[in-house]
Amino acid sequence: MVLKVFFPSCCSSAESGILVGRWLSEQNSAVILAVVHFPFIPVQVKQYLSEVQRVTKVNVSVLGSWSNSKQEKEENLSKFLEDLGTIFSHEPWIQISKEGDSKFWSCSTLQKLANNPKEEEVILIYYDQRKVMLSHLHPPLDTATSTDHEADDASKLSAIFHTVAKSKILFMTDRYDDGPIKLTHWQSDGVEASIIVELMKQASVPACMLLTFLLSLVSGICRSRVLKFWPLSFLWSKLSTCEQLGHRLQHLQVISSSKKAQTQTQLMRKANIFVSLLIDVALGILLMSWLYRKNRIGHLADTLIPAADHVAEELQDLLQWLMGAPAGLKMNRALDQVLGRFFLYHIHLWISYIHLMSPFIEMILWYVGLSACLGLTVALCILSDIIALLTFHIYCFYVYGARLYCLKIYGLSSLWRLFRGKKWNVLRQRVDSCSYDLDQLFIGTLLFTILLFLLPTTALYYLVFTLLRLLVVIVQGLIHLLMDLIDSLPLYSILLRLCRSYRLAAGVKFRVLEQQDGKPLRLLMQINPLSYGSVVQMYRLPTYSCYPKDSWTSLCKKLFLGELIYPWKHKGEKQD
Amino acid sequence: MRQALRASLSPPRPRPLPHGCGNPADCPRLRSALRPGRAASRTANPRPAEPAGPAEAAPPARLEWARGSGPPRQPFPGPEACAGAVPSSQAGRSRRFRRGGMEERRYRSASGAPIALRTRQHSASCRELAVRCPRLQLRSLSAVTSAVWLAAYGLFVLSQNSMVLSAAIFITLIGLIIYLHFVKIDQESLLVIGSLGIQVTASYASGKESTTFIEMGRVKDVVINEAIHMQKVIYYLCILLQDPGDPQGVSEVVPLFQSSKPRLDCLIEVYRSCQEILQQRKTAPQSNGIK
Repeated sequence: MVLKVFFPSCCSSAESGILVGRWLSEQNSAVILAVVHFPFIPVQVKQYLSEVQRVTKVNVSVLGSWSNSKQEKEENLSKFLEDLGTIFSHEPWIQISKEGDSKFWSCSTLQKLANNPKEEEVILIYYDQRKVMLSHLHPPLDTATSTDHEADDASKLSAIFHTVAKSKILFMTDRYDDGPIKLTHWQSDGVEASIIVELMKQASVPACMLLTFLLSLVSGICRSRVLKFWPLSFLWSKLSTCEQLGHRLQHLQVISSSKKAQTQTQLMRKANIFVSLLIDVALGILLMSWLYRKNRIGHLADTLIPAADHVAEELQDLLQWLMGAPAGLKMNRALDQVLGRFFLYHIHLWISYIHLMSPFIEMILWYVGLSACLGLTVALCILSDIIALLTFHIYCFYVYGARLYCLKIYGLSSLWRLFRGKKWNVLRQRVDSCSYDLDQLFIGTLLFTILLFLLPTTALYYLVFTLLRLLVVIVQGLIHLLMDLIDSLPLYSILLRLCRSYRLAAGVKFRVLEQQDGKPLRLLMQINPLSYGSVVQMYRLPTYSCYPKDSWTSLCKKLFLGELIYPWKHKGEKQD
Repeated sequence: MRQALRASLSPPRPRPLPHGCGNPADCPRLRSALRPGRAASRTANPRPAEPAGPAEAAPPARLEWARGSGPPRQPFPGPEACAGAVPSSQAGRSRRFRRGGMEERRYRSASGAPIALRTRQHSASCRELAVRCPRLQLRSLSAVTSAVWLAAYGLFVLSQNSMVLSAAIFITLIGLIIYLHFVKIDQESLLVIGSLGIQVTASYASGKESTTFIEMGRVKDVVINEAIHMQKVIYYLCILLQDPGDPQGVSEVVPLFQSSKPRLDCLIEVYRSCQEILQQRKTAPQSNGIK
């Protein structure tokens, strides 16, 4: 059976001593955590280890001996080290020895209790203690199993990572400390004494408390009864800006909560939200400074009214074209004129309202532009809402056209059933046969003919306005997609993967080092980082993302029947 | 049907095939090839008339068979008959170079390009098998570049916009960098460490290496499987991963050597090497990982 010894690379030049670590019997591997140097008192060592075991809940014990002989003497050292095996009884007792500056160490085991002691192969695996301690293995075990020690040894690698990570307290003793026990393991080179970082850490607690208080005030105001009256609540639900602001408020509440993050996932989520908010606000302020420099927002407001006028004129031209003979099709003259005039009057009303509002537009836009400092996503939401408001008349036309068309289609289908002597049974929700009187049949036939011959005209108006509406919906959808991207991208995780890739580990990789015959196999264990795709997938922030509600077939069916379509559904919206 | 497929795919050979090859598991030729101890001879050239090549280092069995009478002795006709791929005149000839603890042999890939298999034994339970893919050819690179630049020049002549030319240069450079970094695989290697696991590495032409390590507890077996790829039937080596819930089940199949696609002779070598190490864990008294 092959014995695997995981040796920290920082202990390669340590003085002779005994090896301290964890023995994984079911995998026949030993994870060495530190080397305890001579001289030591065995009782004290055992006491220290049992204390460490109590605190970290990792089964740390003395595993073997390590001898680093610079000179070629010390033959009696080997006997001494073997005798140590009897004091700290561990099965098997591992003896690693290094001669001079040789890279190739010899490793042997002493088995006292084995029935037939055989020469087993030893594999020496070097690992970087600091990196393994700081890294997190993905996919992470869920909290239910991490408390159960047997369950998290299921995978060999997770057992090793878990061992090193939990033994952090063992690594806290400094090499300059004067204690009864002298250890060699990974040492941190001193905490970075950056004053700013320390000040920020001290200031973060009261800042969090202040933020929580402010947020509770704001959410209290939002929930007040005044804003719940019908017109206002309808308005809030329709404007996407309010949803985005609510979403960001939620994020702020997550960050400013005073509870420390329990698991790695929670910590990463908090960090991602914080960085995302920061970048969002920074981009928003950048946008704002660009808009307000050289009074660009004034220019924007000035071009808004002519743009709206231009759109209205184009619509008028379109209606004139429909009222004539569009694309060579022959329309029913009377209905054409009625519909065309109705829509033209609607446009005329709309233009009047726009002109009424025009002196106030610049001021409104100026103040609304200030809210871009809340974030780029808020600015995009406002843009989307402005587009929705400006194209409100297109939406109205679409609704009129769709309703008319829908009525016509339902009328036609019902009268078609009348032809065949059938009727829709509302009670049973099915088609039943029915015997009609002669006058019913006569009127039904008349109406059917009228509706049928008026169908092309209505259908054409419906088609044109549906296309316009779909165009507006697509533009709005694109803006929302961009906003979603900014909202949900885990920037902190991506930066971490870029700069400190060992923190996010997908696994390990082994490199075979130089070998020498007769010596154990030497491997170097390095951390294999997660790929960027899996980082984004794992740490994506949840958003109220809007995605297409209907599949293509149901969308086409709705379009054909003239039902109103609202292609983007927001998560959390009630189904109608 | 399989026999008909193979007969139709392979060109007429001077020797009749005694029987078609079916499942590698019940192909007697394959089984005899996979029998341990006869490593060297099976990959030699099937034609008996040809000299044995670098026969100085070859074991005696190979020479004897090479000079043998041919069909009545039922020599191993080589993997091409089994694979059904289009063989070339030098198909199956392997040259062995022994250097230190390392062995290198030349083979062919499924599409006929020359590849090399390098075996290295680090210790009794650790072995590294690397397949080197054919390098980027200068002539294909220059062909693509000149095609793109000619097209750009044609557009320039039509539109008189010099941005087209600089855009073409840019596109060629970016495309080449992307190809070398993300697409062109230089070498695929397999590091089998008994009782630890199997590591699969793909190194790209730009130096990037993508590695996956599979622990031994998750590995059920390493097998050669066959698949229909485009218009051919090819063999590929894959690792079967154990299903944690069901000890007899297979949860995932990890195919190996996807871009070099070696032929059956190379795969048999790799298979035999892997199985020697995997056998050790079955004979070990204790088992690793979860069961």
